[in-house]
Amino acid sequence: MHPHFVDYLIIAIYFVFVLGIGFALRGRMKTSEDFFLSGRSIPGWITGLAFMSANLGALEVMGHAANAAKYGMFVNHFYWLAAMPAMCFVGVFMMPFYYGSKARSVPEYLRKRYDEKTRTLNAFSFAVMTLLVSGVDLYAMAILFERLLHWPFGASVVASAAVVAVYIYLGGLTSSIYNEVLQFFLIVFGFLPLAILGLKAVGGFAALKEKLPNPGYAHTWANIWHASQNPMGINWFGTIFGLGFVLSFGYWCTDFLVVQRGLAARDMASAQRTPLVAAVPKMFFPLMVVLPGLVAIALDPHLTKYLNGRYDNALPAMLGKFYPSGLLGIGLTALLASFMSGMAGNVTAFNTVWTFDIYQTHVNPGQPDGHYLKMGRLATVFAVAVGIGTAFIVLRFNNLMDYLQLLFAFFNAPLFGTFLLGMFWKRTTAHSGFWGLLSGIVAAAAHYSLYHYHVITYPSDMAANFYQAIWAFSVCVVVTLVVTMFTEPRKEEELVGLVYSLTPKQRNQDLPWYERPGILAIGILALCAVLNIIFW
Amino acid sequence: MGLDIRLPIGIIFTTYGIILILYGIVADPAIFISSMAVNIDLWWGLALLVFGLLMGLLAFRASPRFK
Repeated sequence: MHPHFVDYLIIAIYFVFVLGIGFALRGRMKTSEDFFLSGRSIPGWITGLAFMSANLGALEVMGHAANAAKYGMFVNHFYWLAAMPAMCFVGVFMMPFYYGSKARSVPEYLRKRYDEKTRTLNAFSFAVMTLLVSGVDLYAMAILFERLLHWPFGASVVASAAVVAVYIYLGGLTSSIYNEVLQFFLIVFGFLPLAILGLKAVGGFAALKEKLPNPGYAHTWANIWHASQNPMGINWFGTIFGLGFVLSFGYWCTDFLVVQRGLAARDMASAQRTPLVAAVPKMFFPLMVVLPGLVAIALDPHLTKYLNGRYDNALPAMLGKFYPSGLLGIGLTALLASFMSGMAGNVTAFNTVWTFDIYQTHVNPGQPDGHYLKMGRLATVFAVAVGIGTAFIVLRFNNLMDYLQLLFAFFNAPLFGTFLLGMFWKRTTAHSGFWGLLSGIVAAAAHYSLYHYHVITYPSDMAANFYQAIWAFSVCVVVTLVVTMFTEPRKEEELVGLVYSLTPKQRNQDLPWYERPGILAIGILALCAVLNIIFW
Repeated sequence: MGLDIRLPIGIIFTTYGIILILYGIVADPAIFISSMAVNIDLWWGLALLVFGLLMGLLAFRASPRFK
């Protein structure tokens, strides 16, 4: 990779725009609702693209390209099996409770549905997880700067963190969301030529399939029935229940990083459409991530020519191989945009949970609104500073994807059990939410120790993560059910707007058919089924 | 929130389109060996330019001055 002046110019222009959006919004941040929830005023297509973009961090782009090179088309399951049903579910069934209950964050919903201790447990575990994740994007950004500008790792981390900190500090969630929309288009236009040039280089899709080192790489589903037959070593149960149900629903339906984008929407219909708008580009994202990974492994099956012995290099190596100066600038900008949108998503989610659910609740309640606005800005700086620290922790690990799925299996998987029972079963009691969630996290920790000390074994780390999620979720559900049986249920009138059976159903008769969430979701799932069959 | 995000998107993509088209014209054709002998800067620059102008047009049509 040898960037020239024109490539640096393109990257510099990107930085000017990203910071410019922050400065343009600086004067509009008057209340804490403006800063943390964008005053609930943003159109659905913008929050939808931001929802998509906040998820497009380093892990998503570089990590899944690396996984495609390592495991083949099996990675499509992360999109078509995992993301699609979960995104439709959160849009149609869960957003009405998040948005309708006027909760300002996911933990705040838990306080309304369960009690204060459930919320506090979730707020702390989410804050810790978010800080640990935000370092991953910084780490990836710094590696790119190090290779490109030959800056030392430390200086690169600080410089890239500073840019994100400035635009969130100035414009809060609005700045983050608007930048995510810009970043979304840059990512699409930056990676699309890679798919086109890569296919041309290997001679089309049929030729690509023949050049893959293992014929199983060319299938999404065909090898799923027996663990020994697929490259990841996971059978259909682990894949469908662990990834397709627990991990994916846990992430898309309860992770405040993505849910927060829906809460910023201007009305209920826009909030419900947010994940559905995001699902459409998400469905086609394997074209930009999985395909380059497959091309990389077809051209370099022994990882000696371009990949330098590391699957993680798949995407940057293909950019360097195919992109001439000029387009290279666009491609590198797309990479930077993805790291920044991922990091910014973590920072805005953290500063909201910290300010509302920890600081305002436990440390310093009852202050005027301006005080919490100031605290949000401080928390932004703090989150970025801690992110810098975690970037150095990540530097000592060598496998990003496993690190992250491990965190999700710890915190998101049991949380989904708590949500599922709380939203759809009115009998679930306040105490049961807390004990279920806590025991789910403990179960995840116990499973992790048993695996770490080789008491139980799995064919791959990813398989261990899937099963850890299944255990954490199951323990949470069972404990919640048992505790519910022995404790007093809450009064039904307190749960209106929080529980499915006690809330009047949304009637969307006034909306044209193409704006109704249910119809959109059915269309998305039908299209997704077609993609699964084509790439079976 | 008062800022139409389509306007900055339109401006940045139009700028990128023009830069890529100009670079595609003046650059040494040898650099396009890596991109399968396609002058990808020129062609992708055109795509970026069209998208940028479209976004700019949408933002302009929605602006209060136009109405």
